Amino acid sequence: MLQAVLQPGGDAATALYIVAFSLFIIGIKRGTHPTTAKQGNLVAAVGMAIAVVTTLLLDGIGNWGLIALGLGVGTAVGVIASVRVQMTEMPQMVALYNGVGGGAVALIAWAEIRHGISEIDHGTIASIPLDTLIPILFAAVVGSVSFWGSNIAFAKLQDLIPTKPLAVPGQQVINAVLLIGILAGCVSIAVGNDDPSQLTFIAILIGAGLLGNLVVLPIGGADMPVVISLLNAFTGLSAAAAGFALDNVALIVAGTLVGSSGTILTMEMATAMNRSVANVLFAGFGGAPSGGGGGSTEERPHVSIGAQDAAIKLAYADTVVIVPGYGLAVAQAQHAIKEVGDELEKRGVTVNYAIHPVAGRMPGHMNVLLAEADVPYEQLKEMEEINPEMPRTDVAVIVGANDVTNPAAKNDPDSPIAGMPIIEVDQAQQVIVIKRSLSPGFAGIDNDLFYEANTSMLFDDAKKAAADIAAEIQNL
Amino acid sequence: MSLMTEITILVLAAFVGFEVISKVPTTLHTPLMSQTNAIHGIVMLGGLIVVGYANDPLEYVIGTIAIAFGAINIVGGFMVTDRMLGMFSKKPKPKAEADGKGGG
Repeated sequence: MLQAVLQPGGDAATALYIVAFSLFIIGIKRGTHPTTAKQGNLVAAVGMAIAVVTTLLLDGIGNWGLIALGLGVGTAVGVIASVRVQMTEMPQMVALYNGVGGGAVALIAWAEIRHGISEIDHGTIASIPLDTLIPILFAAVVGSVSFWGSNIAFAKLQDLIPTKPLAVPGQQVINAVLLIGILAGCVSIAVGNDDPSQLTFIAILIGAGLLGNLVVLPIGGADMPVVISLLNAFTGLSAAAAGFALDNVALIVAGTLVGSSGTILTMEMATAMNRSVANVLFAGFGGAPSGGGGGSTEERPHVSIGAQDAAIKLAYADTVVIVPGYGLAVAQAQHAIKEVGDELEKRGVTVNYAIHPVAGRMPGHMNVLLAEADVPYEQLKEMEEINPEMPRTDVAVIVGANDVTNPAAKNDPDSPIAGMPIIEVDQAQQVIVIKRSLSPGFAGIDNDLFYEANTSMLFDDAKKAAADIAAEIQNL
Repeated sequence: MSLMTEITILVLAAFVGFEVISKVPTTLHTPLMSQTNAIHGIVMLGGLIVVGYANDPLEYVIGTIAIAFGAINIVGGFMVTDRMLGMFSKKPKPKAEADGKGGG
């Protein structure tokens, strides 16, 4: 057996952990460009392999049968999931990974506190030192919140439970009471650290789990990018806390990196919706204004066209910008829309794709869907990049997007989405909107864009409409 | 390691993390997330340590589940990231043009 080569906390083990986390950082750094990102991912994976092997060689590691069982089951699930998952399902998958990550941390915290209690019982130590105990409690709470919160996020994304904001009466009060209870439990354990109660600890785990459920349940589908990012940040922080408890530098650095990443993404998503994170978490979207907007039943005049007219408009344009939204993902229309782009390019039309930061159900989701359909990343333009080009754009095609193109965000200070950055399609010469109906988007407000003189509506399923347009262009 | 050393490491890592990750373009945010999921799988180390010192059935179960969860993160995270990034990198410009010609 190769075991017991390295001492836990010894210089050799620590040095190897330092190599491991350096490779994580290099890996992420290489992830800043599409051409080097794949290699970067490999570098990070090598770092992980080093960290795992180092740990397996530590003195005190044993029970190889259980280790093999855990590794075998986890690897099998991971391989099958990563091979089978559809790109449209990536948000669910990340939610699930956030969940198991948080769950693992909560379990480790539980084992650590049991370990501490048994050491006290055997008289090895008089009390669990606070610089171990507090990180354990933090890891337990945040890990449990992530696990149970992510499960709800997964269920919502997978349509197992309604994606609409579910309002529970007295929700805020319940959450506050739970939080206070959790904190009180933590304080009681910390104060009595010479005789910590495992029962109180389990109660904390359950309370944190409930809190995770209750916080995510009322959040609507459109806010999922923020929630997933936030849970991602939470799992990272819980891992860092576990690193404090286990005195493991690799866990501290890796957890902090994940925490930073999740935090940055959370802030970017919230900014892209012009809302604070607190607003996303504690206020279901819309509320009053949605009732007013949806209630106006009178039909406003709009121009409706068919696939052939749309094809003619597009084929004789010089520059076309395609604005995809989540509707495109739902309709699985990414390949069909790429067909349209290809047909147009064959005719010498310049085609770009304008991606709003919150298009899709998670950060960068739309980019992955289009990359899957072989759209070169050079054509994927970020909002800030494409907006100055809009006045020079002949036709903007909106596929399954709504609120992120609503000019009311700029023009109407009373609009619920006022101040939200939008893709300024209203600046383009002509606009074609592919949509099933005139119904409002997630924000529940009417989109004035649909009634502009230079806007044409093509009412159809996104995939079918795109396929029809591509065929029509070919026939021209 | 003393608590203060650990906090020093945490703070520096946070600065490095913010610096590096804020340079990742929006295009790559989904792979970034699944990659950080994989890196988060480092918690599997905790599971390995737990199973090492476990001395009752409950701790065996807790540790084994933690290892399995961590392994899902590591294996699934890195593999799905690799799959996604393959979609981004498989079409460098010259090849794309060649494909276009071939099709037309």
